Amino acid sequence: MPNYRLTINGSQRTVENVPAEMPLLWVLRDSLNLKGTKFGCGVGACGACTVHINGEPRRACQTQVSTVNQAVTTIEGLSADGSHPLQKAWMQVDVPQCGYCQAGQLMSAAALLRRTPRPTDADINSAMSGNICRCGTYLRIREAIHIAAGNGTRRA
Amino acid sequence: MKNTKEAKQLNRRSFLQVTALAGGGMMISLYAPKSLAQGPRGGGPGPQNTPQTYITINPNNTFTIIAKNPETGQGIRAALPQIIADELDVDWSQVTVQQADFDPKYGSQIEGGSTAIPTNYATMRQVGALGRTMMLNAAADNWGVPVTELTTASGVVTHTASRRTATYGSLAAKAATMPAPTNPVLKDPKDFKIIGKPIPGVDNMAIVTGKPAFSVDVNPPGMLHAVYEQCPVFGGRPVSANLDEIKKLPGVKHAFIVDRVQIQGGQGQGLVPGVAIVADNWWLASNARKSLKVQWEEGATATQNSPGYATAANAMKAQASQPPAGGGRGSAVQGNVEEAFQGAAKVVEAEYYFPLIAHAPLEPQNSTAQFKDGKLEIWSPSQIPQPAGAAAAAGIQNTDVTMHLVRAGGGFGRRLASEYDYQAAKIARVVTEERAAQGLPSVAVKVLWSREDDLAHDNYRPGGFHYFKAALDASGKMTAFRDFVASVSSVTPTGEFPTGFVPNLQISSAPVNPFSIPTGALRAPSTNGVSFVMQSFIDEVAVAAGKDPLQWRIDTLRNPNPPPAAPPAGAAQGAPGAGAPRGGGGGGGFNAARAIGVLEAVRDMSNWTTARASLPKGTGMGVAFQFAHAGYVAYVVEVAVDANKKLKVNKAWCAVDIGSQIVNTSMAKNLVEGGFIEGMSHIMGWEITIDKGRVQQTNFTNATAALGYPPTRMNQAPPSIEVKFVTTNFNPTGLGEPSLPPAVPAIANAIFAATGVRIRSLPLVKAGYSWT
Repeated sequence: MPNYRLTINGSQRTVENVPAEMPLLWVLRDSLNLKGTKFGCGVGACGACTVHINGEPRRACQTQVSTVNQAVTTIEGLSADGSHPLQKAWMQVDVPQCGYCQAGQLMSAAALLRRTPRPTDADINSAMSGNICRCGTYLRIREAIHIAAGNGTRRA
Repeated sequence: MKNTKEAKQLNRRSFLQVTALAGGGMMISLYAPKSLAQGPRGGGPGPQNTPQTYITINPNNTFTIIAKNPETGQGIRAALPQIIADELDVDWSQVTVQQADFDPKYGSQIEGGSTAIPTNYATMRQVGALGRTMMLNAAADNWGVPVTELTTASGVVTHTASRRTATYGSLAAKAATMPAPTNPVLKDPKDFKIIGKPIPGVDNMAIVTGKPAFSVDVNPPGMLHAVYEQCPVFGGRPVSANLDEIKKLPGVKHAFIVDRVQIQGGQGQGLVPGVAIVADNWWLASNARKSLKVQWEEGATATQNSPGYATAANAMKAQASQPPAGGGRGSAVQGNVEEAFQGAAKVVEAEYYFPLIAHAPLEPQNSTAQFKDGKLEIWSPSQIPQPAGAAAAAGIQNTDVTMHLVRAGGGFGRRLASEYDYQAAKIARVVTEERAAQGLPSVAVKVLWSREDDLAHDNYRPGGFHYFKAALDASGKMTAFRDFVASVSSVTPTGEFPTGFVPNLQISSAPVNPFSIPTGALRAPSTNGVSFVMQSFIDEVAVAAGKDPLQWRIDTLRNPNPPPAAPPAGAAQGAPGAGAPRGGGGGGGFNAARAIGVLEAVRDMSNWTTARASLPKGTGMGVAFQFAHAGYVAYVVEVAVDANKKLKVNKAWCAVDIGSQIVNTSMAKNLVEGGFIEGMSHIMGWEITIDKGRVQQTNFTNATAALGYPPTRMNQAPPSIEVKFVTTNFNPTGLGEPSLPPAVPAIANAIFAATGVRIRSLPLVKAGYSWT
């Protein structure tokens, strides 16, 4: 099985002896011990495994490692100390219940704010509907995105 | 350098142990007798002679407080330590929360049934108050002043008259040498500083920065990864498999058949037989599974299917008019419904159905275990951690199991059954033994299910077929209520409203056979399904009576019939004005005044009376209430429905009565919002169907819509869910369950108000509805 060189959160990482078709999700979790990116469905339906590749949100469970040739950012790379505006807003609003989906939610939200710095609810709904929160924290996610965007706490 | 002070009796109920720590700190522990330590679900009493450590006072005046219960997303890891910290009178910023391992000394360590708050609230207060009293006594002794002249705040004792202060940390060594207090004084709730506040989740930083916070993230050195193939037909077993071929595939280290082991006392299916594939990483194991060829012995369940259950149920509905024959899942008779139907001004009759559903927590089932030197160490995400089941699966004694409680990515009742723990325990033992034969050391193994495994091998919320009939007199009062339940394992609502508020009542049931699909508790059992049928049919009755359906519920609740008897001695809550129903899901007697309280609150919040009159065409407001797990919840929901059955929830209002005190106002509101949004999943898209004894749904989405299992998504969630907590003078109770059940009928009743179409069968997607 081949080796791959990946740029993960700004660092060069070499992944040894993995099949070309192994999804990035499992390379991150099991080969590189980056556990923040989560497995929820394995078919790209839940968004728990969302990472950025070259700044764009991608489902890591649907991305074969051999196809990754641009920089990857995971939740660990958003900021390690919780200082990213979205992470701060998530804690301010106390978004999580079980918390399992939130890494993927944050990565989708970060990609949204990069494209649309001041999103409306409609923008948020459109960008975030690929991310399932089984606990149902959607209202708080919306509010946290608005706060991070500097929109204040409005929900309308 | 431990100096353990002997236990001293306290209030004849609990015993205190104080342990001095090196460097001047101390630990405060309780010996709790059975009455305090045992939970209602039989988690087992804590031994009376082992101290439960709750508080560590560190010399630097920080405090480590134990969270004794497992966390699956309801915030109990914050809530129980909050209670201790407030009575201890320290600042939350001084507190570090530490998760307890499973340990019999803590008694019941269960996340389920909304029981963690009601069963622990008083004890946790007492623990904190004991700690504070010890600090006061130590300072009083040091300074030679009466305790009554001392105050506490932020972990500091102050003697105002002499302007002296001492931190708890500086007093700990002294306190550890003093007699244990006998008279801890609890705070007046108006003085709470941490209880009743929006304390954020203790793991929030770890969650938002992607730290390994969850069960699936457990990663002991050298760990191997397992997949586990179970027979798609419930009750089936593998006869043989191409194991030699599988073992040759990339990364595969082990492949073997696991036989069935019955687990005594646990919920769920025990150790289900299957085929384990163990590899260097999970994807390699999962990839090898694609080449797995198993000869299954499918068993008798392979003949069962969902249309068959529906046909069988329909064939039974003639039994509705017969007196209960027994043999079903409970019955209740009062007066004579058939006579009442004869003399009625109006009769309402309807058939209702709700399906089997799966829990689908977002973190797929998993567990990590290591078998070494005859002992098992296991990291369990269970809501009801029980080493006994893992021990039985591994074939060892309970005392040879060390169980760590790991944060789970959602439970919803799924993790009240621990099949994944049993699988991990067994697989870990086989792997260790096979490695030993090759001269290799023991390593841990994580078994992780796929989403497809999770949907196919759940313990499902039971479905139900309800055949209702009710009678009204000329004034619009209900004179008879009849429900016949053709049940696929579901509970018969013998204790539910309108029981106790209608003079003639007959509720009966009979099982739909054969039915061999495993069922279990899902958030708010049994009301999560029963509330839909009861509160929807009640709505039909109210409309038939020509009344405002919210006011009709209040009027009915104000007129118990037969009039209430005195509550039974020893009732969990002395409920003034208690009516007859027990309500679903346990938690003391139904209290009509509290149900009326939440209905009136939600009526006022939603401006129900006037708002309903001015809604545009295709928009409607619906109401429902439910007593569930000791909590009272009422919803009003406004929906819009277009000509293409596109449905939108415009807004929801929710009034909640869970007693005198909300422990954590942030999580409480979060749980209500989540309960409503889960209800949207129940009503629109969730159904598990059975074909040839196996589940048809595969994942959250499927190219064939009926084979998907779609949860509510962001774009479907309403802009606002307004929540009001109605405070009453009853013991605080939990909120994990009660917010879900009435959300479903409230939406259904709103659809009726918007369209005139009554929703009697779930999920709505089968009738052509979708979210806008």
